[in-house]
Amino acid sequence: MRELSLHLLDIAENSVAAQAKTIEICVSEDIANDRLTMSVRDDGKGMDEALLSKVVDPFVTSRTTRKVGLGIPFLKAAAEACNGFMKIESQLGKGTFLEVAFQRSHIDRMPLGDLASTMLTLVVGNPTIHWVFRYIGNQNELFFDDASLKNELNGSPLSDPLVIAYLRTTFENGIRSIQPDKEI
Amino acid sequence: MPAIKSLADLKKVREEALEKRRVKTASGQTNIIVGMGTCGIAAGARDAMKAILETIQNENLEGIVVTQTGCVGLCEKEPIVQIATGDQPKVTYGKVTPEIARQILKDHVQNGHIVKEFQVQM
Repeated sequence: MRELSLHLLDIAENSVAAQAKTIEICVSEDIANDRLTMSVRDDGKGMDEALLSKVVDPFVTSRTTRKVGLGIPFLKAAAEACNGFMKIESQLGKGTFLEVAFQRSHIDRMPLGDLASTMLTLVVGNPTIHWVFRYIGNQNELFFDDASLKNELNGSPLSDPLVIAYLRTTFENGIRSIQPDKEI
Repeated sequence: MPAIKSLADLKKVREEALEKRRVKTASGQTNIIVGMGTCGIAAGARDAMKAILETIQNENLEGIVVTQTGCVGLCEKEPIVQIATGDQPKVTYGKVTPEIARQILKDHVQNGHIVKEFQVQM
């Protein structure tokens, strides 16, 4: 995966698989501190300490279709190669918080990529989950909570052409208007 | 299609959209499922999803529900897209690029012809 936003999609899918009801995503590009961070918080089934300590091992996965899980180990390695880190906190039955940080200007840092498409995919593809999304570009913040939209739709599908148009505009324009000028 | 920039705009067009949907639903709703496991994402599932949503938006296709699922165990065939219309059996497509996704929407979803070329057996 060559974009951080694809990794973000992958991590968020873990929260979906953990049967989360609410998933909060935060992406921050902090120029002053030269940091790019992404975090995902969910209220899914969580992990016990034994699984948590092994989760960065590629040979640990909850999937049943094959025995190797590569999403988290790859992302952790990518962060550590860029003066960054990955942190995972989890409590069985309560949920999981994952944060990954990079030196934003590091030459090996992957581009953030198409963050709007990642959000659109998550929100439309998982209509039963309550999504909260925050994007911070420098000091400005885009905040999105799908509760009011879903209330308005009253059960109509999110893949309605009008709703897709609304979500796409919200994410694309919202991110573009506050994103720092260029990816270094 | 009117531009939608706020929830208020969305409210205005919602009634009209609901009416159109009622007509369409009578002929059977179409479900599109995109595989979004690590394998799918790495193979380009997000691009396939994006192409599907763009086509629905641009062609103003009503009565389609797009959802996603995790790894279905056919990692080498990802990105995988499944189509289920009304009570017909589910059709599975493999190695779906954005271009193939657009073709599936046009031929299969809109015109009812299965695109055999890209179909895979589960």
